Amino acid sequence: MAVLLEVNHLKKYFSTPKGQLHAVDDVSFKIEEGTTMGVVGESGCGKSTLGRTLIHLLESTDGQIIYRGKDITKLDKRALGKMRHKMQIIFQDPNSSLDPRKTIESTIREPMKISKRYTKDEISKRVDEIMELVGIDRRMRRAYPHELDGGRRQRVGIARALAMSPEFIVCDEPVSALDVSIQAQILNLLQDLQEERKLTYLFVTHDMSVVRHLSDNICVMYLGQMTEISPSKEIFQTPLHPYTQILLSAIPSTDLNDQKARIVTKGEITSPINPKPGCRFAARCAYYRPECEAPQQLEELLPNHFVACCRAREINAISAPTLV
Amino acid sequence: MENVERRRGRRSDKSASLPDKHAEVIVDHVDKRGQLLLSVKDIEICYETKDEVVKAVNGVSFDLNYGETIGLVGETGAGKTTIARSILRILPTPPAKFMSGEIYFDGQDLCTMNDEEMRHIRGNRISMVFQDPMTALNPVKRVGWQISEGFRYHEGVSQSVADKKAHKMLELVGISGDRFREYPHQFSGGMKQRVILAMALACNPDLLIADEPTSALDVTIQAQILELIAELQQKKNTAMIMITHDFGVVAKTCNNVGVVYAGEIIEYGTVNQVFERPMHPYTQGLFDAIPSMSSDVDRLSPILGAPPDPTKLPQGCKFQKRCKHFDTHCREEIPTYKMADGHQCKCKLYASEAVLENEPQTVPE
Repeated sequence: MAVLLEVNHLKKYFSTPKGQLHAVDDVSFKIEEGTTMGVVGESGCGKSTLGRTLIHLLESTDGQIIYRGKDITKLDKRALGKMRHKMQIIFQDPNSSLDPRKTIESTIREPMKISKRYTKDEISKRVDEIMELVGIDRRMRRAYPHELDGGRRQRVGIARALAMSPEFIVCDEPVSALDVSIQAQILNLLQDLQEERKLTYLFVTHDMSVVRHLSDNICVMYLGQMTEISPSKEIFQTPLHPYTQILLSAIPSTDLNDQKARIVTKGEITSPINPKPGCRFAARCAYYRPECEAPQQLEELLPNHFVACCRAREINAISAPTLV
Repeated sequence: MENVERRRGRRSDKSASLPDKHAEVIVDHVDKRGQLLLSVKDIEICYETKDEVVKAVNGVSFDLNYGETIGLVGETGAGKTTIARSILRILPTPPAKFMSGEIYFDGQDLCTMNDEEMRHIRGNRISMVFQDPMTALNPVKRVGWQISEGFRYHEGVSQSVADKKAHKMLELVGISGDRFREYPHQFSGGMKQRVILAMALACNPDLLIADEPTSALDVTIQAQILELIAELQQKKNTAMIMITHDFGVVAKTCNNVGVVYAGEIIEYGTVNQVFERPMHPYTQGLFDAIPSMSSDVDRLSPILGAPPDPTKLPQGCKFQKRCKHFDTHCREEIPTYKMADGHQCKCKLYASEAVLENEPQTVPE
């Protein structure tokens, strides 16, 4: 499959009075067309910032974002404007991401109106089609967000993202604010849309079970750094990075026969402002050695399975590749 | 919560009629494990606005023994928080209205207590931990002060004694005593929740009500907090009501679980019973809708539709419009059917299997 998006050494820093906040720090990965890349991590790891930087809602500090062979970080405003419709975003909170003073119709119509690519009639027709596609009754056209429940509001958010027939959608925790039964409806919808329209997703979430269900590949972030990238199922069966292992063990399981003991991690998260080079998880890692203070690189330890940890081989008893 | 009156120095003897709580309590906890602590009997609560009446809790009953944990699981709007707050009588009235029912705590009906009596219960014998640690702490008071407040008020001890005890509580929840004089904004979310736990458990309550205590926290911090709660529970023999929407949390922390839907407990049993054999179609639907960590399904099975409008609840089973087993009998009042092993379910499908049928509006044995 063709690679739709290639990210190379992407950095996004914010200036704060206390110093530079390294929100996304030297992140590299590829996403193939029609697949879903899950991005997991806890609060403050930079996953949302990564999503927003990819579609240029935020301007990157350094690095390349190559979309279908074109580095979009180097495009001028006009050229970027022409590309934007291909990359859309679904936000986490359906309550705050919809304009409370716009009807559903108006919200879905807005991107098309601004782009000036469609006639009035075309817009009207598309709104109908999209509403049907995401499962909102046509009679709700004139409804306001406050008249809808969370699930329906999120469908409106999805409809808005689809309005311009994008190829790539950043789903930023699209189901976290929803109840479990509604979550399932929305996840199924996202899956169906992907199949029908060959969409490519970057699925940002902290919920490991949701990401497992929907993703082809998963990457784990910690304090701005990418610690592990792997095919979805494999990361659950063989997590290689110490942080991933801890993350997975912390999830309370609904399987009564599987109440395993949690791997203990000490302390709390360190600061992303003016961080020292090297692995940011080192301060809490049971396997810490002085070598961890050097910058860590993503290394392919198993086929398609990358880990940024100098001790990963040792910890997981993986032998070094033999030189032929 | 009502304002806590601040008192300096020793408490006056006008409270002589109330038992000296602190002295008895430690011995009681140990002796009373397994005895009945809380008995909620058929409570009905609604919220009245000028246009409509929201029926939030419709005939809920459950029992809790000393030292045990019950989980109340359900989705948004099911009524779990209303149930919890009604036990502490901290629902805003109006618009909330306690229509009927009784809540027996250690043999006394909380609903008939006056304000003074309830104040001696709150924070002392029953404590609560709320969902959002960001807003539960007073931002202009140092955390040490907030913990010692409970000692000063309920035990009538001096400031210095209260401070010493508060120090100990901080250490107990894993925070260095050095941080005693810091303000809430200097703590992270997980640490704030620890402070809140310290406040809640300061006076050794018999019952801790935890309303989604970890929903706002990251998964690794959640794990730490749940472990801490379990540890403290063991040490102090505290009973707990754990309100959550997360079945994983229930599996980890609870002995028994009640599934709440549209203001009713539609299924109740031990964790093993409910997880291994979810009886009610809604419970089954909830388990089916959760993406699994261990198995792979192609598509999830959501529960179609949405919870009923609490201002227009249907007659009979509240789940009827979403249930694939619906038939006309579901429009009649559904009793709580009790199985031989104690597992209970409010669904006609189990009428024949039940050993004891309870009429609606009465208390199960």
